[in-house]
Amino acid sequence: MTTFQYDPAPESRAVIDIASSYGLFIGGDFVSTIDGAVFKTINPANEEVLSEITAAGAADVDAAVRAARKALRSWSRLSGAERAKYLFRIARIIQERARELAVLETVDNGKPIKESRDVDIPTAAAHFFYHAGWADKLDYAGFGPDPRPIGVVGQIIPWNFPLLMLAWKIAPALATGNTVVLKPAETTPLTALAFADICRQAELPAGVVNIVTGAGATGAALVAHPGVDKIAFTGSTEVGKLIARSIAGSKKRLTLELGGKAANIVFDDAPIDQAVEGIVNGIFFNQGHVCCAGSRLLLQESVADDVLKKLKRRLTTLRVGDPLDKNTDVGAINSAEQLARITALAEAGDAEGAQRWTAPCVLPDHGFWFAPTLFTDVSQAHRIAREEIFGPVLSVLTFRTPAEAIAKANNTPYGLSAGIWTEKGSRILDVASKLRAGVVWANTFNRFDPASPFGGYKESGFGREGGRQGLEAYLNV
Amino acid sequence: MTSPSALELDISTATRSEASLRRFLAGLPGVDQVGAEQRAASLATRSIKTSSKRTAIDLAISMIDLTTLEGADTFGKVRSLCAKAKQPDPLDETVPHVAAVCVYNDLVGPAKEFLGTAPVKVAAVATAFPSGRASLAVKLTDTADAVLAGADEIDMVIDRGAFLSGRYLEVSEEIAAVKAQCGSAHLKVILETGELVTYDNVRRASWLAMLSGADFIKTSTGKVTPAATLPVTLIMLEAVRDFREVTGRQIGMKPAGGIRTSKDAIKYLVMVNEIAGPDWLSPDWFRFGASSLLNDLLLQRQRMTTGHYSGPDYVTLD
Amino acid sequence: MSDRIDVRKTYKLFIGGAFPRSESGRSYEVTDAKGRFLANAALASRKDARDAVLAARSAASKWAAATAYNRGQVLYRIAEMLEGRRDQFITEVARAEGCTSRQAAAAVDAAIDRWVWYAGWTDKFSAVVGGTNPVAGPYFNFSLPEATGVVAAAAPEESALLGLVSVVAPIIATGNTVVVVASPNRPLPAITLAEVVATSDLPDGVINILTGKQSEILPWLASHSDVNAIDLTGVTDHALATELERAAADSVKRVYRSEPRADWTATPGLDRMRAFVETKTVWHPVGM
Repeated sequence: MTTFQYDPAPESRAVIDIASSYGLFIGGDFVSTIDGAVFKTINPANEEVLSEITAAGAADVDAAVRAARKALRSWSRLSGAERAKYLFRIARIIQERARELAVLETVDNGKPIKESRDVDIPTAAAHFFYHAGWADKLDYAGFGPDPRPIGVVGQIIPWNFPLLMLAWKIAPALATGNTVVLKPAETTPLTALAFADICRQAELPAGVVNIVTGAGATGAALVAHPGVDKIAFTGSTEVGKLIARSIAGSKKRLTLELGGKAANIVFDDAPIDQAVEGIVNGIFFNQGHVCCAGSRLLLQESVADDVLKKLKRRLTTLRVGDPLDKNTDVGAINSAEQLARITALAEAGDAEGAQRWTAPCVLPDHGFWFAPTLFTDVSQAHRIAREEIFGPVLSVLTFRTPAEAIAKANNTPYGLSAGIWTEKGSRILDVASKLRAGVVWANTFNRFDPASPFGGYKESGFGREGGRQGLEAYLNV
Repeated sequence: MTSPSALELDISTATRSEASLRRFLAGLPGVDQVGAEQRAASLATRSIKTSSKRTAIDLAISMIDLTTLEGADTFGKVRSLCAKAKQPDPLDETVPHVAAVCVYNDLVGPAKEFLGTAPVKVAAVATAFPSGRASLAVKLTDTADAVLAGADEIDMVIDRGAFLSGRYLEVSEEIAAVKAQCGSAHLKVILETGELVTYDNVRRASWLAMLSGADFIKTSTGKVTPAATLPVTLIMLEAVRDFREVTGRQIGMKPAGGIRTSKDAIKYLVMVNEIAGPDWLSPDWFRFGASSLLNDLLLQRQRMTTGHYSGPDYVTLD
Repeated sequence: MSDRIDVRKTYKLFIGGAFPRSESGRSYEVTDAKGRFLANAALASRKDARDAVLAARSAASKWAAATAYNRGQVLYRIAEMLEGRRDQFITEVARAEGCTSRQAAAAVDAAIDRWVWYAGWTDKFSAVVGGTNPVAGPYFNFSLPEATGVVAAAAPEESALLGLVSVVAPIIATGNTVVVVASPNRPLPAITLAEVVATSDLPDGVINILTGKQSEILPWLASHSDVNAIDLTGVTDHALATELERAAADSVKRVYRSEPRADWTATPGLDRMRAFVETKTVWHPVGM
């Protein structure tokens, strides 16, 4: 029997140029820290140190907010058409530097180059293009004749889609006339720092975008700063609650995009082969580091065995390994901490009686890795059905009727997304109308577009990003 | 001993009547077009380099049904085709021979003569190829002629008119009759997916053909556009995979028409590998219906051997 | 001391992505505002108009089926190309309209910005004019704007570039294709615009430009059964406009009338996009 082995097909690292250290991007320049510290960022695929990053202190954050405030006056008075042109420039430069940014993202985050190249970077560019077009059309957005910006916005983004999350935050903020202080996640600062260079190339006026790297303390300083008019946070539900508490009583506006435990519902009349792809995409895309991941598979009992058989067979063709290899499907876990969390929750799954099945694959011996795993015989009362694992672990439950599926899907404090697999149109519409989730995917999963609003119900947060609706978060309306 | 699954039971009775066949085919899961096309596109991004590329090129060459199906075909044309089939590159004897030549049935005799004892099979198109619009009697005579002339393989076309108007049993019985006429020759059943249009139809026609005695299911005649495409091939590879799982019988698959470059061929091989599985990675179970593809494979092979890009003067015209 | 003799451009029609001469072989003299000879432009015939409609129709379904994002990208790239040729256009517009360089520059900049404005609309328009309709029953009901198809348009007589762009861009932004009759007296910037379009990513046939007499070509376009809509903006002759509307009535074309205007600089509203879309409303039951 012939076998068809794929030779290594590594994307070249020659296209990136990482400095040995980075300062903070404040007022249009990279500056040294006043009262901060330094930390290292590593490549999670092999634990190689990539660069030394500054952790901004309170005085640094203050300088950044002041720079944003200073830039606000002229930025918000620019005509929308002129603001649009800066955003179009940024979008174009992202496209021009696409390969460099994709490799940089993969090396800092651990995600497969196939994903950074084909999803993260092009979608980030698209967000800038889309929002550039809104800058001079805000009176058509449904918020009244001349909607005004809020002012200086503080934005804190997670490590799972670093540049894309930056685009989701900065593009609408700038289009609507706000200025920004953004803190990227501590494990993935590099593409944000490259973005600072893109702002320079676009000749964006100084202070409109400020990037302050750092960890929790930097974020807290930003949230607490009295000169910030609005906070936008994407990250864990736990930290989201902290932020909501800390701004209580102030005039600060807030939007939150938090965790999820999405139900992916497969009915007996689903297009089975595409549903299997949708399940795989839903939980193993980006190593499951996706807030809207389809982490709870709800299978109609009558097709459960058949779907599981096909799913397991499909998982054996997933390629786990070097994120820079163009044939890799599943990359590295972003950090040692995250790997520990995933491992602990998977062990909880074993302990509570679920059946673990792991895709056969050879994991590299350096770096942070977790093989794609699924648990069957899971009940709602299990931790692995309840808590967000944020890793390549799928919990499989069954249901008998559509009503039961809906009830189980909604039976969670989260409400970010959900999936419905059925060929019956009326059922799609009925189930979608009853699911308490901000994004419902029918016969597809994990599709993102700047024109499509994204955000959650309940403890998955509030506010929407993208689309006409997403502009509201950045306007004084 | 486990009792047979619902699908297994259905299969044993499916071709008993029009009603049971229709029920069986309608009961197959639907295909979501967007999802299927996305999966095909995603597999097409696999990067096959260096030695795995070299392996893939040689495998692809060995899987070609080198084809000439022109009204203007002559003994001379078929003679050249057979020479190329046996020895694709006169200056490099490490190049494998192709799997078969594919000709109209009145040229099977000459083809067999020109090939001599070479291990290249002769496939004949039959059953009023490419349209399939003739009586059953004519189609069976067409088949018998090819078999008599020595064809190792018969590539038949299904009656698309009957299929599209829902006369599934008729299509099935026709395939079974042609198969009976084949004797020891292998039967490839051409679905003409370009005329079936929907992926649901392709899935149903695939199962119908396999239930009726096909040894291979084939996408197209190459005379209609679109011919073979990656998504259609994906659906058909899923069908042969699922059929073997339920019945234990392995059936081959052949995309034909529109596959011109090595890059295309490699995409198809990746698809075979990841959808049906390595068991199908041989000329016994997977073929390419192509003509100009061979030269592109040879050019790529030369590039890998010499290290520089080659040109049309370095491969033979025919 | 000798002046270098310049290589003068031939101004032909722009049909299906190519630059053919008129099939009639005719041309007409184009002069500047002071009556001095500028060039001979092609004098389009009804057969050229017929060919242009064929080209527009064959491009129509694919252009309408492109994603809105893709159309926006293509339009934005055209703006980039226009910006690159800014100086050339300033010269052309100044010559055509007899205005100063400064006035021409303002018009050219406004034309480029107008193009960018419409590029940014492609993926937002349906969110603004479409939506779900809360019908009284268990039905999901939504309305979407769709391109009407092939639009014939008369470009403004006076404003040779900005007016032209203001008519053409909204038609194609929503997915239509267009056959535009350029300003009869000031057609040259339109053909230079065609050069920009020809080197952009816009598919052949989406924009087609005819130069010549409105009274000769427009009636054939107005009565053409394979033209879905007609934009009468550039027709200042009321009798002609009336005749065209009557001809259009035979195939129930959508007719867009516009007051003639000298100043095209104000930011347009949505009506030029709304004029050439059809609203499609779809119902689907909601149930188990």
